[in-house]
Amino acid sequence: MNAEPRDGAQTLLKCLEAGGIEVMFGYSGGAALPIFDALETAGTKIKFVLARHEQGATHMADGYARATGKPACVLVTSGPGAGNTITGIMTAHMDSVPMVIISGQQVTWMLGKDAFQEADIFGITMPIVKHSYLVKDAADIPRVTKEAIYLATSGRPGPVLIDMPKNISQGPCDAPLDAEIDLPGYNPEKAYEIDSKDVEAVAAALAKSERPLILAGHGAMLAHAGPELKELAETARIPVCNTLLGKGIFDETHELALGMLGMHGTAYANKAVCEADLIFNIGSRFDDRIIGQPDKFGKNATIIHVDIDPSEMGKMIQPDLKIVGDAKVVLAELNKHIKALPTESWLATLDGYKKRFPLSYKIQGGLKMQHVLDVWDRLTESNSIVATDVGQHQMWSAQFNKSKAPWNWISSGGAGTMGFGFPAAIGAQLGRPDDVVIAVVGDGGFQMTLCELATAVLQKLPLKILVLNNHFLGMVRQWQELFFDNRTSGVDLEGNPDFVKLAEAYGAKGFQIKRPADIEKVLTRALEYTDGPCLINCEVVKEDNVFPMIPAGAALEDMITEKPKHRMEKPTGST
Amino acid sequence: MKNTIETSDRPVTITIPEPEYPLHTLSVLVNNKPGVLARIAQVFSRRGYNIESLVVSPAAEMDFSRMTIGARGEESGLDQIKAQCNKLIDVISCYDHTDDAVVSKELALVKISVGASSRGEALQIAEHFGCKTLDLAPESLVFMVTGDSGKLDAMVGMMQKFGIVELVRTGKVVMTRGNGLT
Ligand SMILES: Cc1ncc(C[n+]2csc(CCOP(=O)(O)OP(=O)(O)O)c2C)c(N)n1
Ligand SMILES: [Mg+2]
Repeated sequence: MNAEPRDGAQTLLKCLEAGGIEVMFGYSGGAALPIFDALETAGTKIKFVLARHEQGATHMADGYARATGKPACVLVTSGPGAGNTITGIMTAHMDSVPMVIISGQQVTWMLGKDAFQEADIFGITMPIVKHSYLVKDAADIPRVTKEAIYLATSGRPGPVLIDMPKNISQGPCDAPLDAEIDLPGYNPEKAYEIDSKDVEAVAAALAKSERPLILAGHGAMLAHAGPELKELAETARIPVCNTLLGKGIFDETHELALGMLGMHGTAYANKAVCEADLIFNIGSRFDDRIIGQPDKFGKNATIIHVDIDPSEMGKMIQPDLKIVGDAKVVLAELNKHIKALPTESWLATLDGYKKRFPLSYKIQGGLKMQHVLDVWDRLTESNSIVATDVGQHQMWSAQFNKSKAPWNWISSGGAGTMGFGFPAAIGAQLGRPDDVVIAVVGDGGFQMTLCELATAVLQKLPLKILVLNNHFLGMVRQWQELFFDNRTSGVDLEGNPDFVKLAEAYGAKGFQIKRPADIEKVLTRALEYTDGPCLINCEVVKEDNVFPMIPAGAALEDMITEKPKHRMEKPTGST
Repeated sequence: MKNTIETSDRPVTITIPEPEYPLHTLSVLVNNKPGVLARIAQVFSRRGYNIESLVVSPAAEMDFSRMTIGARGEESGLDQIKAQCNKLIDVISCYDHTDDAVVSKELALVKISVGASSRGEALQIAEHFGCKTLDLAPESLVFMVTGDSGKLDAMVGMMQKFGIVELVRTGKVVMTRGNGLT
């Protein structure tokens, strides 16, 4: 039976491959040496991509998953290598992104003795993983690997860590490659069994509503519920707004679409939330960035919450009706009960808001981020994969890059992790080689992970890196302007490198946009350039503010669409 | 009011605190694996809940452990804690038995400082509470008392006057009455 003797590391790779892992992003080191060696000896088809920093590797795996729906793997060494993955794991955890992280570890008999590069990564990551393993017996590898992939991808997805001591990966393993999953406390299949009475109750509530609103979140995307959502909205004539991570689950250019709601959402989406008599949340966790002040959110509306995670029910907002289940299954069932609703006057009101409060910017007065993003959207017909970093550019990108299809919008929502966008774009491009991928980054965040330029160049990825360079930590500066009497503190990015030269130094192509008149010409050339990555440095106006804005923790009614004359109260309800 | 325990000054005075929040008793069935307790403790600590008592032991089914957790904190947070405990992969089930029909027991070992003169009285009180005398020495007595937590509080209160040298309580364990599962 036992064809060739295997070691733990070879077993691990074979099991990962059997579990559907195609790509692994990582960085080597002593405790992971046997696994790196197995990449050469195990005869695996898994593609390994060497990042330049472990954080970058995690964001690449994250971007890959968000663009393809498939999990990727991260492979790092113990101690500092594992430590550098924390931000990436936390980012994935906050946004329910599947990921399997494999960390090398000291040998088992040295654990807890402060041995070289020993870190209790199992303990350190406990609050930011869906689950984790410390493998102490090579015979467990097939089961642990299978469980890890299953856990990462099923139910509400998330990161799963496998800590692999070196003696386990290096030692022999003759366990059969296929093992039984043993997870008695985990029953994601329950999400597919829904009570038809609950669905009928939702249908009845909808039938009574005159001003219904659908709020579509990431959960709807993860459940692939796009077609069912479209059918529901179109049949019942219900307008749809989406969260930041829900961008694309409902075509933002659809006549029923209101775009993103929340802190920097569209005015009409936020007004719709304030005036709706029913809010039907499908797969969003009522994050504080979209509800503002919890006790005022939807206070005159019937709240319906569909989520796969029971712990989301009533966490932020107490729903009137709830269904714990998979969004696709719930909506498919619901659609059997749905008829057209008399929403014409409600839709007309919202259309009025769309005309009165459109997303806008001034073309005069220097180069604007909004303008660059708007032109990109037009040139690509809203069909590129957009991976953003965190800051003003992110919010403007969310506003001006319309998402028409799911899996095309990649942005760190829950964690708001600067440094995420560029490596995530690398992962996305590797997962979707034939699509146009753009990393929309700020000058601040880009500098946190720009070492991955080497990775992008080596992989010959045709991705575009749009550096929206305002020489400021713009989003923080905006808060200081609005809430701290414009006392800018710690936000001036003087000392920025010449990003074009920097790109060239790595062997990437560099473009420059300095005037509005250059935008279209340069972006077109960037789109035509497919020999590898190209960076487009945009020297945008330094001081501009993102509106609409709902100050953190304030009610959606308190949305402002321009800078108020008076000084605003410092936000206290949330950060 | 606070428990005042001065380790340098024995015996000690034990005051049963007046709690700000009611005590909840959760029964959690978990995989018997390393790290499970840490995962559960994190759910409580992150939401500012104080674990007052904790009993962990193997369950009837092999591979599983039973945790009985007594905890206090804001009512509104408790549902979240239960939901988040249930969400842990290693948790099979998590029930709040606070308002259920359950049998509930706790055990305490109480060491008092007592010489020959008042030993008789102490033994009399102990007998009233159905205590077992585990150790009888010239200057001290060790009793074991079992029962619901209120009875233990009362027993400790009565022994106070002799001077309590040490007190060890197990924390309470519960089991539903009748056929229902804990
Ligand atoms: C790792 C990390 N550190 C700090 C922050 C806080 N933060 C949020 S936005 C922002 C400014 C981002 O500046 P930049 O990348 O230049 O983007 P801009 O807002 O100027 O478009 C900062 C510092 C963060 N989100 N992530
Ligand atoms: Mg900036």
